[in-house]
Amino acid sequence: MDFRLTEEQRALRDSVREFALEQVAPVIGEYYERHAFPYEIVRQMGKMGLFGLPLPEEYGGMGGDYFALCLALEELARVDSSVAITLEAAISLGAMPIYRFGTPEQRETWLPRLTAGEALAGFGLTEPGFGSDAGGTATRAVLDGDEWVVNGSKAFITNSGTDLTALVTVTAVTGVNPDGSKEISAIIVPSGTPGFTVQPGYSKVGWCASDTHELTFDDCRVPAANLLGERGRGFAQFLRTLDEGRVAIAALSVGLAQGCVDESVKYAGQRRAFGRPIGDFQAIQFKIADMETRAYTARLAYYDAAARLVAGEPFKRQAAIAKLYASEAAVTNAREAAQVHGGYGFMNEFPVGRFYRDAKILEIGEGTSEIQRMIISRDLGL
Amino acid sequence: MNIVVLVKQVPDSGAERNLRSDDSTVDRGSASNVINEMDEYAIEEALRIREAHGGEVTVLSMGPAGAAESIRKALSMGPDGAVHVVDDALHGSCAVATSKVLAAALRTLSPDLVLCGAESTDGRVQVVPHMLAERLGVAALTGARKLTVDGGTLTVERQTEEGYEVVTAPAPAVVSVWDTINEPRYPSFKGIMAAKKKPLRTLALADLGIPADEVGLAGATSAVVEHSQRPPRSGGQKITDGGDGGVRLVEFLAAEKFV
Repeated sequence: MDFRLTEEQRALRDSVREFALEQVAPVIGEYYERHAFPYEIVRQMGKMGLFGLPLPEEYGGMGGDYFALCLALEELARVDSSVAITLEAAISLGAMPIYRFGTPEQRETWLPRLTAGEALAGFGLTEPGFGSDAGGTATRAVLDGDEWVVNGSKAFITNSGTDLTALVTVTAVTGVNPDGSKEISAIIVPSGTPGFTVQPGYSKVGWCASDTHELTFDDCRVPAANLLGERGRGFAQFLRTLDEGRVAIAALSVGLAQGCVDESVKYAGQRRAFGRPIGDFQAIQFKIADMETRAYTARLAYYDAAARLVAGEPFKRQAAIAKLYASEAAVTNAREAAQVHGGYGFMNEFPVGRFYRDAKILEIGEGTSEIQRMIISRDLGL
Repeated sequence: MNIVVLVKQVPDSGAERNLRSDDSTVDRGSASNVINEMDEYAIEEALRIREAHGGEVTVLSMGPAGAAESIRKALSMGPDGAVHVVDDALHGSCAVATSKVLAAALRTLSPDLVLCGAESTDGRVQVVPHMLAERLGVAALTGARKLTVDGGTLTVERQTEEGYEVVTAPAPAVVSVWDTINEPRYPSFKGIMAAKKKPLRTLALADLGIPADEVGLAGATSAVVEHSQRPPRSGGQKITDGGDGGVRLVEFLAAEKFV
């Protein structure tokens, strides 16, 4: 029993690492400053096959597994989180639900372009009025003849407004269950459908080179065949999607936490104070040792959750633990890395300034830290 | 088109590199070894020609057993198979001997086109492409920044310090490339998985009919007699601007013949 990577996993990790250092690191700061979506980087990631990493070859995928995706996300996030979350959302939230719950026609229609990175899909679950309490969905869809009529709005939807966005999958109330609860279903809404409006991008604290919008649906009509999966199963389907997404966010968090270590080790060796490199001082050494310890421990936690996921075993608790621990490690490491950098840690020109701004959302997105603690304690029978 | 790409494993030029203290050859043991950077451009060019014209791409590498790792990485970019010439007697081979071995291996592969990097970042002699062409009796189109294949004719834009020259030759030929020719792809996961199933054939000197004493340190036509570490960088010269700072900077640049 060990967590050493196979030769192929190492080769994939190295390939993505090389790409991130050569193609992302030199240019991402400028995209970030301009709040611009990095189309050129996305195009290159598409060419490398990253958007199809865990999907089967018959749909243009690479035939890898979810762990392979996590390795790629970690290496991207070690350099930049906007790029990593763009890939994570495109696969976990965009392509995966269509692959897992779609009809053969829906798969044929959407997956080849999604796995090639030529098109992106968004996933509309969160609404302006609710987040963690996903059962509070207010968006409604009514079947009118052979069309769904969608009304409502969705908030914080990643990849929903790029030039490449081809569709958004939205959850909507489609009726009432026998027990009186809301019947929630998932419906595919193609970009450009009349009544579907993408609002201007948010002004975000971090992830500034990723694409996030509020979406509104005003008598938006799509064919009845755009129902994704079973009617009334929309909510259950997405719980699985979210469990997987948590492992991915944990991997992304580990990447950011490790990036903080990389940058701090480099800086501590260069920056001099009182006649020697600041890395000679134990106050800095111990800080960095603690950062490395957090990154390493968080990595083991997500490796274990991903291994269970790939093996088809229950992984809900492990995913929640990994996501909780890794995201808090990322926030702590970002804060400490900024401290190691002193005044330069507060400047956007140094990657750690970006890491600091990017870290906080990791404790919020795909289930807040409080939700993770709820999942863990429930799983313990409390 | 049957294309053979020459790939050499070298110590990472971004890390510290050394010569061995015992025989003054490149220290490959303690270094992090990678594909010679320029060779990645040669691989990419070969793959693009295959995509446009069909055919097969074979990687040919001469090096110690550890070079197999770089050969697998080259295969993960997309070539069809590889040949690895590995033999203890090859250790310390000079450029002349290297070209002898590679030429012998190439004859067994009968390529229409041999592609290679214009130089390796370890030896940097830049003569192997020319020597290979001479031994094979074919044209050497060296230092390409662009390569066009039109039927059996190869046309190359040959990069020079002032601009470029256009040269052509019929296939087969040896073409060496600079990093201006393309942008190499990164291995995809599919490529990585496929690479381990691709054929990697090893050849020893005996398979090529070359006596051991014609290669290696013993058969070398040149020898590194002595080597030493690069001296540590000196403190440089600080100019404090007392009104004449600009003039003194220009004087320095002029003295160093920069302006």
